[in-house]
This record gives sequence, structure tokens and C-alpha cells, in this order.
Amino acid sequence: MAQDVLLQTHDLTMRFGGVTAVNHVNFSMNVGELRCLRGPNGAGKSTFFKCLVGQLAPTTGHITLNGHEITGAEPHEIARQGVAIKTQVPSLFDGLSAAENLRLAARRQSDRPTTKAKVEEILELTGLTGQANKVVGQLPHGQRQWLELGVVMASDPDLMLLDEPTAGMTHQEVVQTAELIRRISQGRSLIVVEHDMQFIRMIADKVTVFHQGTILMEDTMENVMQNPQVRDVYLGKQAGSNS
Amino acid sequence: MDLALVVLIQVLYAIASLALVSVGLAIIFGMMGVINFAHGEFLMMGGYAFVLSVGAGVNFWIAMLVIAPVTVGVIGIIIERLIIRHLYGRIMETVLATWGLSLFLIGLAATVLGYHQKGVAPPLGKVVIGTYREGGYTFFVIGITIVLLLMVYAGLKYTKFGLIARGTMQNADMSSALGASVNKIYAVTFGVGAALSGLAGAILAPIAGVLPDIGVTYVIKAFITVIGGGAVALSGTVAAAILFGAVNQTVTFLSRPVVGEVALLVVAIVLLRLLPNGITGKYFRKSL
Amino acid sequence: MKISLETAGLLAMAAIGVVLIFVLPAVAEVFLLFDLTVFIVMSILALSLALVWGFGGILCFGQSAFFGLGAYTYAVAVINFGESTIPIVLAILLPVILAIVLGYFMFWGRVSDVYLAVITLAVSLIFYYLVGASAGSDYKIGKALLGGYNGMPSVPPINVPGYPKSEIVYGDLYILAASVLMLVYFALRWFLASDFGHVVVSIRENESRAALLGYDTRIYKLTVFAIGGGIAGIAGTLFTAWGAYVSPTVFSMVFTAQIIIWVLVGGLGTLLGAIVGCMLIQFATTWLGETKLADINLILGAVFVLLVLFIPKGIVPMFRDFLGPLIRGKTSAEPRSNNN
Repeated sequence: MAQDVLLQTHDLTMRFGGVTAVNHVNFSMNVGELRCLRGPNGAGKSTFFKCLVGQLAPTTGHITLNGHEITGAEPHEIARQGVAIKTQVPSLFDGLSAAENLRLAARRQSDRPTTKAKVEEILELTGLTGQANKVVGQLPHGQRQWLELGVVMASDPDLMLLDEPTAGMTHQEVVQTAELIRRISQGRSLIVVEHDMQFIRMIADKVTVFHQGTILMEDTMENVMQNPQVRDVYLGKQAGSNS
Repeated sequence: MDLALVVLIQVLYAIASLALVSVGLAIIFGMMGVINFAHGEFLMMGGYAFVLSVGAGVNFWIAMLVIAPVTVGVIGIIIERLIIRHLYGRIMETVLATWGLSLFLIGLAATVLGYHQKGVAPPLGKVVIGTYREGGYTFFVIGITIVLLLMVYAGLKYTKFGLIARGTMQNADMSSALGASVNKIYAVTFGVGAALSGLAGAILAPIAGVLPDIGVTYVIKAFITVIGGGAVALSGTVAAAILFGAVNQTVTFLSRPVVGEVALLVVAIVLLRLLPNGITGKYFRKSL
Repeated sequence: MKISLETAGLLAMAAIGVVLIFVLPAVAEVFLLFDLTVFIVMSILALSLALVWGFGGILCFGQSAFFGLGAYTYAVAVINFGESTIPIVLAILLPVILAIVLGYFMFWGRVSDVYLAVITLAVSLIFYYLVGASAGSDYKIGKALLGGYNGMPSVPPINVPGYPKSEIVYGDLYILAASVLMLVYFALRWFLASDFGHVVVSIRENESRAALLGYDTRIYKLTVFAIGGGIAGIAGTLFTAWGAYVSPTVFSMVFTAQIIIWVLVGGLGTLLGAIVGCMLIQFATTWLGETKLADINLILGAVFVLLVLFIPKGIVPMFRDFLGPLIRGKTSAEPRSNNN
């Protein structure tokens, strides 16, 4: 199995005004990994994602994908290199239908017949076949999250970034989402930001813990859970941590 | 050199008049986010309030400094209550409604007052500078603009209302939770912006005259200044007025008025390209 | 018979086209056709802004710049060339080039929203001032005197290509204008139904998501902007040919405001709405002007305010919402009316 490095950041830093949201982060993951990012709110996880997809240009540092430098590249350029993201705040074409959203995601790389097939397949997978022509803005929250996962999948990425895919979901929905993500991440690499520990156990191999813009530790789920430092960070006992 | 002094005075005048016509809009757009395309008509109504009062025998200064702003301020509050407050957050509807309002007010003025120029001569005679003569009124305009801007600054920073208004513009829910009547604050803030515009129209009336459609000549410059200034209402407008006014007048002096106007527009375009959020998008961000 | 809302719209437009091009010329007086011609020309201009703004999401407050540039280019060129074919081509080409240059400047600089609106408005005003100051015999291009605020009178009409003496005026010009309107409308419908058009609409919906899907949004916006500029140029050409006259008013703030109002009244996000809004307001303005009922501004202004307060989405969407349940609607490709 390939142990190629898929994604690497070197000394990545993002500063806004007086705040250093991402602080000299050295991150690395291999092809085929399923990684989880944990950390309290404000730890810099979403900002880190935004740097990875090109929505923010890092203040300093480098990001490489498959060996290519993508630091500060335009979002569409990075997307074309096989990166897709489900953002923390859902980002879809609210005025268009579910099917149209998926079609736009798939059409760029596939011809019409393939796109049509893909759209149908993904509607099936996400349980949205009945909602195909419904305007996205009118879909309930859980279905919108799943649609966005579908959109991510439709663009056929090598690397998927999922920022809190189960936010606002019922327990039942969380289980379904975990199942969905397991299926769509086959053959791909994945970074998930999540707080729900049960969910993470169902998905990820390795966990990276963020705290105040830096990586606190990186290990398997079990080791991270048992680490006293991580517990303190979450309970706000560490000096200067955000609660 | 006398010429240098005169040119300097004219540049200051250009800056001052630009700031003057923009400050009311800066309050309404900068603080409330309302694009008021009837802004020019507030200036027009202030001008008419002043000219008609003087014609009816009211003292020049009272007509200008009291009657004009109060009249337009009250009209502003009425407009806010009747129209604007239904459209908060809906930018396009606000544009269309205030544009309609602008047409309506122009039509109303034309119907009631007609298109003959009513003038009031500028007082304060002439000031002699070497071989040149500059109207004394020019100095008055420069002076009163500075006073006005300082008053607005002080009002925003030091009065209770200013504080509450600023808080409400930043976060209306929070303000409401703290006990402020948000509706009242919006109404009064809009009224203050209108009053400032009415005052500006009155101050410029002796020089520019008043006609029903005189607002049209003001509105685009005011908008360019406010938007070029950026989100921070007061310092943004002042900074933009300094830049645009100086460029406009200097180029006019070196060439012709038309070229001066074009130069202002070109500088505005370049500025917005380099600083896509206006001047205060990047500089003076924490000021008032 | 159940038909989609989209098909209903196309059929309605085709019916209107038949009436305009075939029925009216047979029954109406030439004077009426002459008056209608300018309404039709303005409708073409309205379509250009409907495309750029309603579908492209580009808030252009200076669409008059492209219209005026087309109008003046035609005037200057036809006076110099003596034949109208090349002038027409130039009058479409120059606005397209302006749109590409201005669009590149703005979109690659990530200028958007109200700032873009101000820049485009400023561009139109620059033309207004520069052309307005062009009075006197020094200001001419070739044989054509620009004329300053007085404008350029006696502009030669459009002729049949290759036959300079075969003028297209009055009734013939009307048919030409109406045909162009239909052509532009159906071409735009086709464009918006294409894959490229679908991406354009998605960018209007959520530009950031479109970019995250790998689309270079700048290119799509530039293309739409350029097409809009070209269509406005066509309208400008027909306008000058219609009145045999052009003046700096075509660049004025008052005029550019009207274009925006046509589109908003008719319904932002529709093509038919642009035509309906334009026609309605043009008719109303002309009627008011003739009957002298009251000051035009007074009535128009009051109407707009009332319209916004009570029918904010615009006229066509209001009908569509009304008729929608009666005709089964297809919502996947039909863009929503979007009041941003």
C-alpha cells in the first residue's frame, strides 16, 4: 500500500489583525488516511481548512499537495487538483434544486451521460432521490448536510475535507452520516473536523488535536482520549485557552 | 505667493464641500447600511427651506443653521418611519424605493415650486489676497464644515445617544437586549443624517443655487466619497473627501473643470480597485 | 395539457414575437411603429442588464456606458464610412472590448457588490463628461463632429449591407428592431440553458461554492459581462439609427437609473420581466408626458415606492407565483428571482 505523503504543511501561519489563528503548523498525512481534527472552538481548525482550499492566503508557510506547492493558490485551482470541502457553514446553491447542485459538481469532469448517472447514484446514496427537484433552501438541515456531502463526492476528489458534518444532527442522523462518510471515503483521503467522539471512532484512524492554532498532539483515538493534556484543554484548565 | 494661497483655499473649499455633502450620507449608509438614493433631494430640500425662509424675512443665519436642518430632519424621520423601516436588510428594495422617492421629491418640488431659480446672494463680501479676490463665504464654508465634522465626531463619541447609536449599528439585538429602543434609534439616526444633508444644502445654496433637480449633481459625488471612504463613517468620508477634493480641484486648476471631474472619477475607480473595501477597509480601521 | 413554466414562457414570447413582427406592421400606422421602435430598442438594452445582473449577479450601474459607446461608435463610423455594415460591427465590438477591459480590471481585482456598482457608474459618467465637453470644431473623429452636449444630428440610417442607397427606416427599421429583440431573447434563453449558462447562474447563487467546485468564476463573469456589453451596443446602434441622432444623455445618470428600474420592476432574474418592465415604464412615461397629468417624476416616483412596498419581486415573478400552481413548474433549471 502506498505510503505516499498526500498533504503537507510546513510552518503554516495565518494572522488576522491581532489574532494568530494558525500558528506555525507542521501537518502531514498520507494517501488513503482517514484523519480527524479535534480541538475546542477557536482552535484554528476551520481557518486551517480555509488555507488548504485557498479561501485564505496564509501569512507565512507552505502547503504541498502530492508534492505540488499550493500555498496561496486560487480555490478553483486547488479544487481541480482533487480537493473538495464541506464547509462549517453549509455552502450550497440554495436557489437551485438538489439535482442541479450535484450536476454542477459532477459536470466539470464528466460528460453528460456520466454526470446524469452520477447524480442519480449520489441522490440514491444520500437518500435524496425524492428531493431531486426540490429547491435546496427549502430542505431540512440534515438533508442539506447530506446533500453537501453528496456535492463533495460528486466532484470526485482525492482529498475530502469535512468541517463538522454532523453539526445540528440527531443521534440517528449522526449514525447515518457516519455510514455515508465511510462509503464515500473509500479509495479517498479524508480529514474530518468533529467533536462527537462516537462518530470519530466510527470513521477515523488517527486524530490530530488543535489548540490555539498549533497541533497539540497526533495519535490514535484511544491514546488521544487518555491524554491528560488533551482533557485539560477541553475542560479549559490550560492557562490561556479559549473556552 | 498669492496664487498658491488662492489655489490652496480653493482646494480646501473643494474638500470641504465634498465632505459637507457626504457626511449625512455617511451616517445613513456608513452607520445604517442604507443606500439612500434620495440623498440629493435632502440637500435640495434644505436649500429650498433656507431660500424660502430668507424670502419670507427670516434671518439668514437662522434660516440656514436652524430651519433647514430641522425641516429636513423631521422629513427624514417621517420617511424613515413610512418607507425605510420596512426595507432594512433588503438592499435592492431600498435602492429602488429611495430612487422612487428621489423622483417623487423632484416632481413635488417642480410642481409646487417650479423651475425658476431662487437665489440668495452669498454674504461676507470679498477677501483680498494679493492681486486676487476670494469670496468671504468660501472661508465660511470651510470653517463651518470643520466645525460640523467636529460636532458629529464629538456627538458620536461623547454623547449617550452617540454611544447607543454606534452600538445599535454594530449589533441591534444586543442593543435591544440592553434596553435600547432600536426603532427609535434608527429613526433618529436617519433623521440626523437627513438633517446634516439639509444643512449642507442650505450652506451651499448661496453659491450653487436651488432647483428641483439640483440633488442629482450632488448625489453621485456623495456616494463615491462615502463608498470610497469605506465602512468607518466619519474618518472614511473625511479621508476620501481630502483625496478626491484635492485631486478634483488641482486638476481643474491645471486644466478645465471637465477634466477635474473626470480625474475625480478616475481616482475613485483606481482607489476602489486597490482598496476594495474603501480607504477605511485598510487604514484607520478602529477610528470613528 | 401540462407544460412546464419554462415552456409556457417561451411560447408566450414566441406569440409576442409573431404579433410584433407580423401582425402589427400590417395593421398599425407608421407613426405608431416608429414610437414602438424605440421601446423595442430599450427592451434590448433592458435584456442586456437583465443578463448581467439578474443572471450573472453583477451589479452594473453603468450599463449606459456600453449603450452610449455603441450609439456614438455607430454615429461616428457611419458618418465616416458612408455605409452602415462596418459601423454596426464596430458599434458592437467596441462595447465588448470596453466590457472585457473593465471586467478584467474589476473581476480579477475581486471588486464586487456596491463597489463594482460605483465603478461602473463612474465609467459611464466619465464618458458623459468627456463627450459632453466635445463641443466645437476641434473635436471630431474623421469627418464626424462630436458636438458636445448638443450631440450629433443627421446620422445616416442603417442600409442593406452592400447597398448604401437602400435605407432601412420607419416600418423596415421597426421590423429589424423587433427581429433583433426576438433573436437576442431566444439566444439568451439558449445561452442560459447551456452548461456555461448554468455555471453562470450558480456563481450568482454562491460564488464561493462555484469556485470550490473548480470553476474559475472570473472567466464566467467576464464572459457574461462582455455579452451584456455587446447587446447594449446593439441597442445603442439601433437607437442612433432610429433617431438619426445621439447626445451625451445616453451616458447620463438619469438614463442608467432607468435601465435599472426597468429590470427591477419587471423582475430581477427573468428575461421576460426586463422586456415587460421596460415597455410598461416607457409607455407610462410617454403617456404621462403627453397628457401632462402631473409631473412625470412625481407619478413614477410614487409608483416605484408603492411597487417596492407591495410587489417587491417585480411584475413577472408576481404573475409567475400566481400562475405557477396552475401550470406545473419545473424548478431545476429555472433560476430563482433573486433580489440581491
